[in-house]
Amino acid sequence: MKNFKIIVLAKQVPDTRNVGKDAMKEDGTVNRAVLPAIFNPEDLNALEQALRIKDKYPGSTVTLLTMGPPRAAEIIREGLYRGADNGYLLTDRAFAGSDTLATSYALSRAIMKIGDFDFILAGRQAIDGDTAQVGPQVAEKLGVPQVTYAEEIVDIKKNKAVVRRRLEKGVETVESVFPLLITVTGTAPACRPRNAKLIMKYKRATTISERQNVSEDYIFMYDDRPFLNLPEWNVGDIEAEPERLGLSGSPTKVKKVENVVFQAKEAKVLEADNQSIEWLMKELISNHTLG
Amino acid sequence: MSNFFTDNPDLKFHLNHPLMKKIVALKERNFADRDKYDYAPVDFEDTMDSYERVLEVVGEICGDIIAPNAEDIDAEGPEVRDNHVKYAKGTEINLEAIRKAGLMGITLPRKYGGLNFSIVPYTMAADMVSRADAAFVNIWGLQDCAETIHEFASEEQKDRYLPRFCQGETGAMALTEPDAGSDLQSVQLKAAYDEEKDQWYLNGVKRFITNGDGDISLVLARSEEGTKDGRGLSMFIYDNKKYHTTKVRRIEHKLGIIGSPTCELVYRNTPAELVGSRRMGLIRYVMSLMNGARLGIAAQSVGIAEAAYREALAFAKEREQFGRPVIQFPAVYEMLSVMKSKLDASRSLLYETARFVDVYKAWFHISNERPLEKEERQEMKKYQQLADAYTPLAKGLASEICNRIAYDALQIHGGSGFMKDYPIERIYRDARITSIYEGTTQLQVVAAIAGIARGTLLKQIREYEETKIKPELHTYRRVLVSMTEEFEHAAEKVHETENKEFIDFHARRLVEMAGNIIMGYLLLLDTNRESRFWKSLEVFVRNARAENRERAEFIMISSINDLGRFKQEEN
Repeated sequence: MKNFKIIVLAKQVPDTRNVGKDAMKEDGTVNRAVLPAIFNPEDLNALEQALRIKDKYPGSTVTLLTMGPPRAAEIIREGLYRGADNGYLLTDRAFAGSDTLATSYALSRAIMKIGDFDFILAGRQAIDGDTAQVGPQVAEKLGVPQVTYAEEIVDIKKNKAVVRRRLEKGVETVESVFPLLITVTGTAPACRPRNAKLIMKYKRATTISERQNVSEDYIFMYDDRPFLNLPEWNVGDIEAEPERLGLSGSPTKVKKVENVVFQAKEAKVLEADNQSIEWLMKELISNHTLG
Repeated sequence: MSNFFTDNPDLKFHLNHPLMKKIVALKERNFADRDKYDYAPVDFEDTMDSYERVLEVVGEICGDIIAPNAEDIDAEGPEVRDNHVKYAKGTEINLEAIRKAGLMGITLPRKYGGLNFSIVPYTMAADMVSRADAAFVNIWGLQDCAETIHEFASEEQKDRYLPRFCQGETGAMALTEPDAGSDLQSVQLKAAYDEEKDQWYLNGVKRFITNGDGDISLVLARSEEGTKDGRGLSMFIYDNKKYHTTKVRRIEHKLGIIGSPTCELVYRNTPAELVGSRRMGLIRYVMSLMNGARLGIAAQSVGIAEAAYREALAFAKEREQFGRPVIQFPAVYEMLSVMKSKLDASRSLLYETARFVDVYKAWFHISNERPLEKEERQEMKKYQQLADAYTPLAKGLASEICNRIAYDALQIHGGSGFMKDYPIERIYRDARITSIYEGTTQLQVVAAIAGIARGTLLKQIREYEETKIKPELHTYRRVLVSMTEEFEHAAEKVHETENKEFIDFHARRLVEMAGNIIMGYLLLLDTNRESRFWKSLEVFVRNARAENRERAEFIMISSINDLGRFKQEEN
């Protein structure tokens, strides 16, 4: 039986799905303090695809990779609770302010350090930036093919994966050799729930930085249960060039951020005929109200 | 999306009861598993933390998956296909989520792949799943069958069957037959032993079997030819996954819990394995199985009542008539306050019962591992008596309260409640079964009156009475003390006749009086721990006092000679 090495790229994001009035600061940046930090939704869809490969090919391993502040270790725990085997947190002040170019550079360095892989799975895009660029850029930097907007990994043949993509006007099934990077859309099956035993097993899994907050009563567990030590990597660990990281490595400059409030000022009166209905259907489909 | 654990702080409150320290220590055998299993807790706080985290997952699945599926499952229902059950689509989705989350075999030991949780958190999960979908909880809750196998089957059988429950296989309890409902002594299904093949075979029909096509079922059958009563019955395991030979003849069309397949089963030379000893099927094993199931129905009742109350409260706040929300009218706000007080009272009774069962069961299992010391034996006996007395009380009262709350919740919806447009009509239909199955309320009363006659309940009431409480709560205690006196008079008047018919006639009144006093004390102790229960305490005790007065009045002016006036068949 084949088994595969799978890396899942995951990001901790502010929950922008339920934003209130105070979601933005006056300077136009996201007010992270009032928004709960969550597992980027489409990254969960990607994790589910990875876990399904593991279900089908026992012996496969699922490794999470996340970049962010120290508290982003929570993303690794969330992945472990659902069946991932291990995970790495990439954290360093030098990463702060990275745009998609710098982020994909850092992630690709980390992946090279992790080593061999058959698949890299990532969400199509993160709900805070909505760029959908990081996955494709990581593939470019690693020199592997990419399949974006995937909804399902239909089959894995000897040296090719069959992937169904969800496109604007329909679905497309493609084949690609692997190693391969796949970005997964939110229309893919939802991620499985956290597993009771895995929660109990990994609930104290922490990085070195988090360890300071662990009660002394439980410190002994980190020797007894080595899987509780979550690896944390900095710039030096991934042998990255500092100038390609953070603000200096990010050509994207944010000029201005506006808080756009939708207003229902524009109204269109439709006649009760087929033509109008057809127009309305197209309109609803194109703005994703339907489909 | 809502999380049914975090949106209901009462659950966490009951989870953190002081007795949990004892329960966890017993259940975890002083944390003996900590070096053997990577998910075993290392101390009490660690265990409680795990309970809470896992219950949070249950709450999430209930809010995000099970509750949203309930309406479709109710509309679609299961069906019979090629003599087997096909669940509604939503049921399959629910089961898959539950399996992936590892929420089967919750109470079983880790060596079988279970979570080794105590009964309190398991009951709490049942409470939430019931709130989400009262039909689905039946399929999920039949993991209770595993508990009976764990208690009475051989080591070899446990090794074979218990891991399968933990991996998510479902169970069934095949007890009822067309002519053996409440009276299980009349079970006819025949079990015959074939000496040549060293194998038991079952022949006959079972009816009203919840999840009858489940993977592993426990079957009550007559193994002793020529016998007519309960002493000729034995318990069998039928492996439906292996043999798949039992035919589902039909699924009943029901008023409620439609998603839960209620099957008529035909056994024809169906291979089965004996559990424990012959002739002990009904006398010993079914009694234990039923007690577990009754606690389950008490949890189901509380969960349904929670759902009903929430629907009513939300509707009453939103619905405006005569220019204001209907919740502002005395007739409506009083109903809501009574519903809430009874909901809180029945939940408190549920978890008190679960704790008693927990301590008793833990000692029971320990006694199978080593001989108990004298004090340990005494403690086991004490909690066994409490569990036996409280289980029928909790099942009987919680299911009646659930029905009352569902009725009033629909009433608050007015005409809209009668329509299919709101969830309350489904909840109302689902509620109805709780006071019927696993023994009707009338049968729970028969079991609970024994707890009164033996003095178990009164002794426990005295224990509550002596608990130290805050001074501002003393007035409530005084009311409860006077209610206890009233109850004792009434009970004495009934029991001193030594007339069985007269005792049976008043049994329900006495049981309800005792139940009201007990629930009153439990709310008093809850309020003593957390003042937010004060409103429920206040409303509950006011109503309970009036209800008990009415029952006492009825009993005090009644005599044996009156009974004829109540007999319709002699007219």
